[in-house]
Amino acid sequence: MKTKITGRVWKYGDDVNTDVIFAGKYTYSISDPAEMAQHALEDLDPTFTQRVHPGDIIVAGKNWGCGSSREQAVICLKQAGVAAIVARSFARIYFRNCINHALPIVTCDAVDGVESGEELTIDFAAGTVTTPGGVYTFPPFSPEVLEILEDGGLIPHARKQLGIKE
Amino acid sequence: MGQTFAEKVLARKAGLEAVTPGQIVTVRPDRLLTHDNTADISQKFHRIGVQRVADPTMSVIVLDHVTPAASETYAANHKLIREFVAEQGIAAFYDVGEGICHQVLPEQGHAWPGAVIVGSDSHTPTYGAFGAFAAGIGRTEAAAVMATGQIWLRVPESIKIRIHGTLPPHVTAKDVILHVIGDLRADGAAYCSVEFTGETVRALSIAGRMTLTNMAAEMGAKNAVVEPDATTRAWLAGRVTHPYAEIHADPDATYSRVVEYDVSDLAPQIAKPHTVDNVVPVTEVVGTQIDQCLIGTCTNGRLEDLRAAADILRGRHIASSVRLLVLPASRAILLEALAEGIISDLVASGATLLNPGCGPCLGAHQGCMAPGEVTLSTANRNFKGRMGSKEAFIYLGSPATVAASALAGVISDPREA
Ligand code: SF4
Repeated sequence: MKTKITGRVWKYGDDVNTDVIFAGKYTYSISDPAEMAQHALEDLDPTFTQRVHPGDIIVAGKNWGCGSSREQAVICLKQAGVAAIVARSFARIYFRNCINHALPIVTCDAVDGVESGEELTIDFAAGTVTTPGGVYTFPPFSPEVLEILEDGGLIPHARKQLGIKE
Repeated sequence: MGQTFAEKVLARKAGLEAVTPGQIVTVRPDRLLTHDNTADISQKFHRIGVQRVADPTMSVIVLDHVTPAASETYAANHKLIREFVAEQGIAAFYDVGEGICHQVLPEQGHAWPGAVIVGSDSHTPTYGAFGAFAAGIGRTEAAAVMATGQIWLRVPESIKIRIHGTLPPHVTAKDVILHVIGDLRADGAAYCSVEFTGETVRALSIAGRMTLTNMAAEMGAKNAVVEPDATTRAWLAGRVTHPYAEIHADPDATYSRVVEYDVSDLAPQIAKPHTVDNVVPVTEVVGTQIDQCLIGTCTNGRLEDLRAAADILRGRHIASSVRLLVLPASRAILLEALAEGIISDLVASGATLLNPGCGPCLGAHQGCMAPGEVTLSTANRNFKGRMGSKEAFIYLGSPATVAASALAGVISDPREA
């Protein structure tokens, strides 16, 4: 995992639920991650999938990812190239799913300092998000969470713990 | 410094003196619940590359979501699960007809005070009614728990909800929790451990306590708990045979929020479409036309729920414009209800009896709704599209409210039934 990333921002509001991130109707019909990416945020922002670039960062208000526990709502964004999500707060199971799929997430109020299309920089080591409107701080990841992120997610992490070679 | 329930359980499990909110701990859960989603989880488990689960006694698997199988796809999933259970030597497997996971797991002695239980279902917090620490997790996590026997958990902040007053007639735990969710909103307890306390909670049966902890998930709680007492011990006697150490929060523990309610004058409550926190007293929606009524689910499918409905419906008949679906939460409850004559009363009044399980709750079979239709249900969720059509409407209420409404064909006040 890089300790510092800079990316272009997609900004959204409060209470974005897992249904608009990845619609329930696809949960049993689409299992290919690449295909999941084609439907990311479909019901919230139809322009997203055509214009997202690898390394882009989602910035949002409170309670991002509320609703169902579906992991596809994390996988579709990761596959679409999203490098991190910065929100005021996250729904609990969504938060866990991000860590377990190695999509870095940051809890802070950066949504107040940036607009869609602008850039921001996350410094994971320093615990800062630098936006055009100011610098926001967040508590660093705990060593356990950092290790899962660095291992590339929970499955590779479990393989490492169990001593399973590729 | 005093510790909350969640802090105490997680510290003990992690082998630490004390923990603080926000800290991450790694623990070995006492039980891992999975249901029909075990098919997918077992495939994720195999992808990790291990042959055997870390601890076959940790797993509790209940087939409940779409049982009996509604199609070939579901049947194939169930078959895969039975093969996985046999291959891994998992003893705590409950097949089609035993009931809903959140009812069967405690009935079979897998929940006890101080236990740490994780489950790949968002209503796993239900087991807090027995003094356990119980939280929902994702499928990949469930697979990793099977492989490693461990899970990381963030120590949650705690909220205390103290409830006072004697509940008026026909007002139940369901009305209390709907009222609380309407007040605190859908993210009111996000990430938090919720401790329910106060004399009203103490006076509730285990069934009523389970309704509270079950629905805490609808305000974002990580887990919810009711302190174990004589009621808990009496219920667990004969079900949990090994010794356990109860965990009680310290009186001087630190809470991020303490909320008090007096329910002495509470009216029956209804959650209107399409969110659980859209709550009003029943009097505001009396007269709303309904097409289907549902009594059951992990929220309100227990004996006292069926009894409350039978007390209203006995010797009368439901409106001809309405279908009433009744599904006991487990085989044990069905047997008790049969013995008490409750089932005959309900069926004679026009109810359609379904097998113990989730049934129509998740919109996969057994009572899906058409566009424009309205269901009044005792379940815990009324999200758009949950029971079939996205253009259908779901209201939530107590078993008494649903029974009174089934008689009239419109939403009705059970105090007047
Ligand atoms: S009854 Fe409904 S809410 Fe409860 S476990 Fe089954 S599907 Fe989920």
